Amino acid sequence: MTHLSLYQQLLDACAALLLLLSFAMLSQRRVVTLVNLYAVQGAVLAAATLLLAWRTGEGHLYLSAALTLALKVALLPWLLHRLIRRLEVYWDTEPLLNVSGTMLVGLVVVVFAFALAQPITRVTSTATRSAIGIAVSVVLLAFLMMITRRKAMSQVVGFLSMENGVFFGAMSASYGMPMVVELGVALDVLVAVLVLGVFFFQIRERFESLDLHHLESLKEHE
Amino acid sequence: MELLLLLTLPVAGAAVLGVIGADRRAPEINALFSLGTFLAACALVVRVIRHGDLLLGSEQFFIDPFNVFLVALTAFVGLTTSLFSRPYMRVELEHGRLTAGRLRLYHSMYQLFMFTMLLALTTNNMGLMWVAMEGATLSTVLLVTLYRTPGSLEAGWKYFILCGVGIAQALFGTILLYVAAGKVLGAQGMTALLWTHLDAVKGQLEPTVLALAFVFLLIGYGTKVGLVPLHSWLPDAHAEGPTPISAVLSGLLLNVALYAVVRSKVLVAGSLHSELPSMMLMGFGLLSVVLASLLLWRQRDIKRLFAYSSIEHMGIATFAFGMGGPIANFAALLHMTVHSLTKSSIFFTAGHAAQKTGTQLIDGIRGLITLSPSVGWGLMLGSLAILGVPPFGVFTSEFLILTTAMRTQPWATPILLAGLAVAFAAIFSKVQPMVFGETTGRRLPHPPALLPVFAHLAIVLLLGLYIPPYLADWYRAAAHLIGGP
Repeated sequence: MTHLSLYQQLLDACAALLLLLSFAMLSQRRVVTLVNLYAVQGAVLAAATLLLAWRTGEGHLYLSAALTLALKVALLPWLLHRLIRRLEVYWDTEPLLNVSGTMLVGLVVVVFAFALAQPITRVTSTATRSAIGIAVSVVLLAFLMMITRRKAMSQVVGFLSMENGVFFGAMSASYGMPMVVELGVALDVLVAVLVLGVFFFQIRERFESLDLHHLESLKEHE
Repeated sequence: MELLLLLTLPVAGAAVLGVIGADRRAPEINALFSLGTFLAACALVVRVIRHGDLLLGSEQFFIDPFNVFLVALTAFVGLTTSLFSRPYMRVELEHGRLTAGRLRLYHSMYQLFMFTMLLALTTNNMGLMWVAMEGATLSTVLLVTLYRTPGSLEAGWKYFILCGVGIAQALFGTILLYVAAGKVLGAQGMTALLWTHLDAVKGQLEPTVLALAFVFLLIGYGTKVGLVPLHSWLPDAHAEGPTPISAVLSGLLLNVALYAVVRSKVLVAGSLHSELPSMMLMGFGLLSVVLASLLLWRQRDIKRLFAYSSIEHMGIATFAFGMGGPIANFAALLHMTVHSLTKSSIFFTAGHAAQKTGTQLIDGIRGLITLSPSVGWGLMLGSLAILGVPPFGVFTSEFLILTTAMRTQPWATPILLAGLAVAFAAIFSKVQPMVFGETTGRRLPHPPALLPVFAHLAIVLLLGLYIPPYLADWYRAAAHLIGGP
């Protein structure tokens, strides 16, 4: 067996944690806990970025780690918590259909993701090959979460988690994106959450609930 | 300089209208900023014609014939739509469907939306293009929900989530592109996402990664183009939002998204040396044509009807880009132009018709020709133009696409023809009673201002009869850039 450096082990540990957190989100009923899990995922992501920055000594990675920390651990969870408080959906839980079934589908998704990541891992010269499979898994698991949820808030957390996966993919495959792009993406995510905040109030004002089954009337007429 | 103006004017407009957008004169200010943007676009066109491709702002912006023509089109339709929206939104305000505060949001976001589209078109950086495309979604979500009806909220939510998820896939595709490019271009820095640099080394990029990147990019941006089966947000957003927004979504946003797909295709096709990107575009295109034309029959809402027609026409253009080669590309570009002009003019008249009769249901709109001849004729002529009746420009582009398909992809011709025929029957049978049907309504005292409608239709007619040589050269240069299959 090949010997892995401490750095490599730490990075793999971060990747494994991210995957674990994705599964935790998939099975979590409470909206508040979902947001907390998202914040933890952001923290792990920041740690992984910091690790890469320390290893490669690239300045912009430090910056990107700081950005992740500020946005995904502090600002966005704070905004979401505030939204939850003000919309009074604090105790919202959602009845999950068949948790074990969803988990099994999740497992299949992970296997598929690793197969999908094969050609990419062959190209990257970085020491982070196993991480790419995990990044793709996180994206697909978030997608699965969005499909199976009915509450608007959980769908948003799923959406944000998907962005985490994409970001981790960029980190591990190519040490992040150019700074302009990273800043732009961060701005878009922030604006998206703000727009959603406004949007939630509009939905609640109209339907007095954030349950998405109200939003299923626009179908093709017979 | 022109570029700077082109991009800063809409931003300034958004800022100014964000403050005074509720003012009585706001619609005029909105139109004024749009006019400025259009003039800047014209200046940019002149400069590109005179001096060729431009690479500006430390290579972050790139203007070539392909995108400059879309910039001009975008700015033009942006201008005419702002002219149309001026009286239209006033009436909506009088009918009490809106408040002055929401009108401020509308005007400000309208300018911001123009900015994101122009940025997406002019940037050379594939990453920035993604940022701008996502920005275009975000700036229009709150416009789709402007009326705050249950239907519009649902449409806005669908639009946000579907396009958000789609665009996340496109981001992943962009990252894969960056990974592949980083290997060749070496520098883990700024240049590896610049389209011009990628284009220069596209032959050396790792094919498997690029194929994967293309799948992600096509799914991502394809959601925005409204390609079947990723289209379900499109009819809802078009039907539930205010009419000027339906016009710019259909006439402009879909074009810009298709532009992003085609830019990606140029890179990937150059790397792969295989049929994969072409086949995927043709497949998605044909599927969109067939499914949309069948769904046209089931529509009861006038704006949904024409939204499905947009899916069909985007399918045709996507199919043509998939075939590739000089003639098909030329036809696809022409099709993008004429579709954009015709469809936005149809939405203008449909909006007037719905406003006059108080309903968007097709069954409720009858005898437009008696109520208001100009609206009636506008809708009829627009529908005929979009259905590809000669001598309108849509006929020219569809004819070119069909004849090219007969030569290079004979298997697809019957499917395409059947789709067009079904769409013709569906739309014509629904528009005819709306225009000529019996009505008990009285003739309206004042004819509505329909200058933008007839200006658009006149250009479409002109393009069908005669394409000026400099315009033809321009299309040809763009078609050459996009290249073969």
